[in-house]
Amino acid sequence: MDTTILAEVSGSISTVGYGLSAIGPGIGIGILVGKTVEGMARQPEVAGQLRTTMFLGIAFVELLAFLGVAAHFIFQA
Amino acid sequence: MSLLAAGGGDGFHAPGLEEFYPPSFLFVGTPFEINRMMLLRIAATIVLILIFWLGLRKARIVPTRFQSLIEMALDFVRRDIAYGMLGKKDGDRFFPLLAALFFGILFLNITKVIPFLNISSNANIGMPLVMALVVYVVMIGAGIKAQGGGAYIKSQLFPAGVPKPMYLLVTPIEFVSTFIARPVSLTLRLMFNMLVGHLLLVLCFAATQFFFVDMGGLMGGFGILTLLGGLFFMLFEAMVSILQAYVFALLTAAYIQLSVSQDH
Repeated sequence: MDTTILAEVSGSISTVGYGLSAIGPGIGIGILVGKTVEGMARQPEVAGQLRTTMFLGIAFVELLAFLGVAAHFIFQA
Repeated sequence: MSLLAAGGGDGFHAPGLEEFYPPSFLFVGTPFEINRMMLLRIAATIVLILIFWLGLRKARIVPTRFQSLIEMALDFVRRDIAYGMLGKKDGDRFFPLLAALFFGILFLNITKVIPFLNISSNANIGMPLVMALVVYVVMIGAGIKAQGGGAYIKSQLFPAGVPKPMYLLVTPIEFVSTFIARPVSLTLRLMFNMLVGHLLLVLCFAATQFFFVDMGGLMGGFGILTLLGGLFFMLFEAMVSILQAYVFALLTAAYIQLSVSQDH
């Protein structure tokens, strides 16, 4: 019984992996910044503190995207 | 046109990792090989020292314009990062470290968007790793000094207010996230930001060169697009350079704060 190949992926599939790993941080940063803006609009007097916390959160969230970049180099062999 | 094409007309040159390991040209074969990255590190350090030395050499009560600029930058680190995260007392204690990290990283990063320098030496793992290890040692040292060795380990690994059996689950997670993930994430975040930023810029400008020189004609229109995109990304990467320096210093302050505070 011979198999018929309907579709084939050639080349590096890690590009797809990176695309997947960018989804999560994208959503995460969107929610994070959006909520911070909401908070700033409600209470402009704590804007500075909110901004600091936002950058802290972004630093943690965007790390996931960078791990996605790293995965390509780590699992290359 | 033909002259230009002869210069680099071998199709599209995609950027690769080999750009981050340029050949050494000085002291080759010794452990002190100097390549472009090392040269950039040395140059950035000298410029950083020169700027601060020139600006604060004759510090006056009524500052000159240059001095007030530097004071503004230092004040930003002290007010926003040191005092904001650590409070007045600890903020003053760790301010030198935070300022050194912030300005050091900033000057090492910013070479990425300066024409003819073009690459950030933080894109090699060495420099971020060294800085993350310094932060690691300071973080643990500050915790041990503030609480004592046993109490520090206990406060980090056995957070209060958790039911006893849950420690089976919580302690390994806390151990990994505190003592392993922190330095690793500090290193990787800085390094990959610089690496990805450089690749992005190279991609834009390599595409511009390809469209202008190799394709020519109407396809040159795409070259204008990629050129504008590259210039936009240069501004963006300049912002990222500052942001990464800020985030690194901010996270350092946050980690120290988590170590020093008694209740977790």
